[in-house]
Amino acid sequence: MINIKNLRVTFGLGTPLENKALRDLSLTVPKGQFVTVIGSNGAGKSTFLNALSGEIAVNSGEIVIAEQNVTHLPTHKRAALVSRVFQDPLAGTCENLTIEENLALAFKRGKRRGLSFATKKEYVEVFKDRLQYLGLGLEHRLQDKMGLLSGGQRQAISLLMATLEPSEILLLDEHTAALDPKTANFVLKLTEAIIEQNSLTAIMVTHSMRQALDVGERTVMLHEGRVAFDISNPERKGLDVPDLLALFEQNRGETLADDGLLLS
Amino acid sequence: MSQIAFLGAIETGLIFALVAFGLYLSFRVLDFPDLTVDGSFPLGAAVSATLIVSGFNPWLATFAAIIAGGIAGMITAWMNVRLQILNLLASILTMIALYSVNLRIMGKPNVALLGEETILTPFEAFDIPYYFITPLVFLVIVAVVLLALVFFLKSETGLAMRATGANPRMARAQGISTSIMIILGMAISNGLVALAGALFAQSQGAADVTMGVGVIVVGLASVIGGEALVSTRTIFLAILACLVGAILYRLAIALALNADFIGLQAQDLNLVTAALVAMAIVLPRFKSTLKLQRGQ
Repeated sequence: MINIKNLRVTFGLGTPLENKALRDLSLTVPKGQFVTVIGSNGAGKSTFLNALSGEIAVNSGEIVIAEQNVTHLPTHKRAALVSRVFQDPLAGTCENLTIEENLALAFKRGKRRGLSFATKKEYVEVFKDRLQYLGLGLEHRLQDKMGLLSGGQRQAISLLMATLEPSEILLLDEHTAALDPKTANFVLKLTEAIIEQNSLTAIMVTHSMRQALDVGERTVMLHEGRVAFDISNPERKGLDVPDLLALFEQNRGETLADDGLLLS
Repeated sequence: MSQIAFLGAIETGLIFALVAFGLYLSFRVLDFPDLTVDGSFPLGAAVSATLIVSGFNPWLATFAAIIAGGIAGMITAWMNVRLQILNLLASILTMIALYSVNLRIMGKPNVALLGEETILTPFEAFDIPYYFITPLVFLVIVAVVLLALVFFLKSETGLAMRATGANPRMARAQGISTSIMIILGMAISNGLVALAGALFAQSQGAADVTMGVGVIVVGLASVIGGEALVSTRTIFLAILACLVGAILYRLAIALALNADFIGLQAQDLNLVTAALVAMAIVLPRFKSTLKLQRGQ
């Protein structure tokens, strides 16, 4: 269960360039729900995810994850609760470490790290098993450097790393946006399968209204740092992109001026 | 080159291998350009020499030198991660401050160790010439440090440190405190450099406040030169490359100084070093350009 109350983030507070990225954003996500978040550029989607993961400090408000108030914890201290896949396939993995070492890092997410050998045999068996699930043949390439893999392969591994160990919330930050359509589809299918199998609580930010409606069970639209609308199944089922636009106009009393959202 | 000059070069090379290990940790693993070493090398020498002269056990004095170096590294790292001072500048500040600290520790610009008991004294009892026994003792120390470093970098904490240098954002997302990793890594790095300073003082018979000048360049020459000669595919090979680089660098310098026809003298050392480092940085790139031109 994720409880976000009156979250406010302002960049450059007190300067002429002051930018209110989040204005009193509140959202509650029950355990096991898969939420998709949409919004045009500057709506506050990335700021929202960064605030949840701890990468940026919030000015006011409260973030409670699994009854733990994490509002002022730095990223590494909430890593046991929050796992994340970045938009940039290069950001989620270390290119000069091997596949095995990257997975070993994720295996200890949010846990104490000691002086014992990082890639123990019994861990490697688990890694091979999970890599096999991807169906990319990567289980035979454990010793390869991450930098040798394609963007899609790296993103698939990022996803695997984020779900290797249980977390209270999985954050997906437009994680298919930097991939070609075919690979993006593969990673998206994989995401749905992994979330379904492990009944994970997940928040997926996307730039595409179509994608936001196709996956998950609830869609939240952000606009100017607030929730513009919030719609769940069963009402959400059967909705199409024009319906979402109508919903937005009805709620905000203005039309959306971002073609990107409509086209993709 | 005489046998004594050859073994002397090996001996100095082994000492600078420790400096190279330290620089490998800061420059390569943590991606932290650290100039503290120009201060922590004489710091190790000053601490160990002062303690030895005051009658402490030489091993204890050497250990104290490592701790002192570690603290110096932690101060640089702390200035960077907590006070947000640019890493290079933070290290320069510590280096400058250490000049005063070293003078304070010794109470004078240099401390002689002639006739004092050093870690090398017990080995003089064997019936082997000193110019054989010193490199041998240092070889054992360097081998132990090398293995310890390899094991450390392959451990969970070591892997976290490597991730910190390579991709700090990802490291944080995996629950790694990048600040603590930088502080720990810099402590180990400068501890190793101080150990080198302590051994150098004990084998040379004196600690001098100016002995740190250019240590950073010699250490870097060893790291970069080693990388140019040895594959760095695995952690073990990468650290072995530092050792190979340090020894070959010293041999190259000894050769250059011994070859009378070149006309180089001891005071040309820093010029030759700078030229070698520049070459070691440019040559690998030059090699790949050549390969491209030949269509390979």
